[in-house]
Amino acid sequence: MAYESLREQAQKMRVSIIEMLTEAKSGHPGGSLSCTEIVAALYFSEMRHDPQRPDWSERDRFVISKGHGVPAVYAAMAHAGYFPVQELMTLRKTGARLQGHPDRRRLPGIEASTGSLGQGLSVAQGIALASKLSAKPWHTYCLLGDGEIQEGQVWEAAMSAPKFKLGSLTAILDYNHGQIDGRVDDVMSLEPLADKWRAFNWNVIEVDGHKFEDLIPALQKARKATDKPTFVIAHTIKGKGVSFMEGKIEWHGVAPNKDQETAAIKEINAKGVRS
Amino acid sequence: MSSNQKPKATRQAFGEVLAELGTKHTNLVVFDADLAKSTKSEMFAKKFPDRFYEMGIAEANMIGTAAGMAMQGFVPFICSFGCFVTGRFDQIRMSVAYAGANVRVIGTHAGVGIGDDGHSQMGLEDLSLMRGLPTMTVLQPCDELETRQMIEFLMTHDAPAYVRLTRQNLIPVHDGEYRFRLGRVDVLRESATANVAILATGATVQECVRAHEILQKQGVQITLANVPTIKPLNSDDILDIAKGHRWLLTVEDHYTIGGLGSAVAEIISDRSGPTRLVRLGVNDQFGESGEPIELYDKFGISAAKIVQTVSGLLNS
Repeated sequence: MAYESLREQAQKMRVSIIEMLTEAKSGHPGGSLSCTEIVAALYFSEMRHDPQRPDWSERDRFVISKGHGVPAVYAAMAHAGYFPVQELMTLRKTGARLQGHPDRRRLPGIEASTGSLGQGLSVAQGIALASKLSAKPWHTYCLLGDGEIQEGQVWEAAMSAPKFKLGSLTAILDYNHGQIDGRVDDVMSLEPLADKWRAFNWNVIEVDGHKFEDLIPALQKARKATDKPTFVIAHTIKGKGVSFMEGKIEWHGVAPNKDQETAAIKEINAKGVRS
Repeated sequence: MSSNQKPKATRQAFGEVLAELGTKHTNLVVFDADLAKSTKSEMFAKKFPDRFYEMGIAEANMIGTAAGMAMQGFVPFICSFGCFVTGRFDQIRMSVAYAGANVRVIGTHAGVGIGDDGHSQMGLEDLSLMRGLPTMTVLQPCDELETRQMIEFLMTHDAPAYVRLTRQNLIPVHDGEYRFRLGRVDVLRESATANVAILATGATVQECVRAHEILQKQGVQITLANVPTIKPLNSDDILDIAKGHRWLLTVEDHYTIGGLGSAVAEIISDRSGPTRLVRLGVNDQFGESGEPIELYDKFGISAAKIVQTVSGLLNS
């Protein structure tokens, strides 16, 4: 069924994430692996897009505000056909289109240049306002990190998107509970999180961010919203899919070495498409 | 000098031309952060409410939102005081400049010329901040006509831009023949025998015009040029003026660090020559409350102080 093919895509993406980070010798595995299913759900199911025409004017727009998670997006784009899978191995190399954090001027298909946290939801709001003003049908998605929403600008956007009745805007939170200095709950707790976004007048949906059975219906429901933006809280596990990385803060921003790469890929492939 | 124009604040000229351009340019959208009455964007807001976005007191969100709209082909003007909007530097750095989003950042209330409200409301480092960003066009008009031409130019200019505007009225220094040209220096008064050339921008241009009149009465000839583009600034224009003069004097209502003075210093330091540069402006200190005229005197950028500086140079 459809979910099984999505699980296959997520598996391929995970392998690519490990390979490209190992080759680059730097990057962020924890937060790339936690958002793999979210990004897969968008690129291989929910978004209307055409890898052959990244500038198609009616495409859905996706802003990855947590720019350090971009390996998951590069992996999805490569497997969707935006560019050859081989190009993933150029990540972070001099002159590469695949910058350490996304650069929209270099890589067609990247909608926003991010990496300084907290800015993407505002940009996504602007993209959604553009669709509203020009009566275009596209939907705008924005992926946020959990530590990221400690930034005040996110709450400015949280306040303004409902004012503009942006039903065409869906924000998804990769709630993996880890940030560089420790657990999000210790560094600066976000709770009560759902209450906060409801109080700001958003539709709020909570899902298991690794289960397509949860993610896909939530994203479809969000797309039907007309007068309010939707905030999907996706509960995830940092480093998901690689046991020695799962839930470990120290894998936030360190690349695997060759041995760790081999072990990680072996484990990902052994797990296969089990949910 | 034009006789049919009255003194006008460049923010006022901006508000008027923006509201006019909205008719022809249907992709023009305007944002403000609770200062529409002060930035004069309210004229556009009243005429085109569907294309005006009131963002509340949240400049960072305004910058990002405008960037998102710019990427979809709209031409967003975002308006606030220069200090507040460029104070959200990282948002302009990332979401606008690095992203290649053609947002027009409008910063009003330039410099100590705003007077009474004091330092917290004065844009004094805005040119310095914006000039440091790759791809950023940085402009400062000195009268109504130049403001109108700049804003119209920005409707189709393919780069992000910052425009610095005044709260206070400025006398017209251009006649109807004037044409703003990006990057080019606008020579207002020329003298073959002058030892001093003054380069001014924005509100200090009128002070320099007055200083020129006073000096002429004293029998002292100077060259005077208006520099409406802080970046990209044409080096040849600056070097041509430098060549013929012993002294170059920059005059601006901005810190002497990072603005026009620094831009000129960077250009002339690339060549060896006898010309010496003196930079007038707010010299590494904070602004304060007061009468604009008194503050211009205090910080050494009034006509009288400019005359004093020029006389000092010529007697040195």
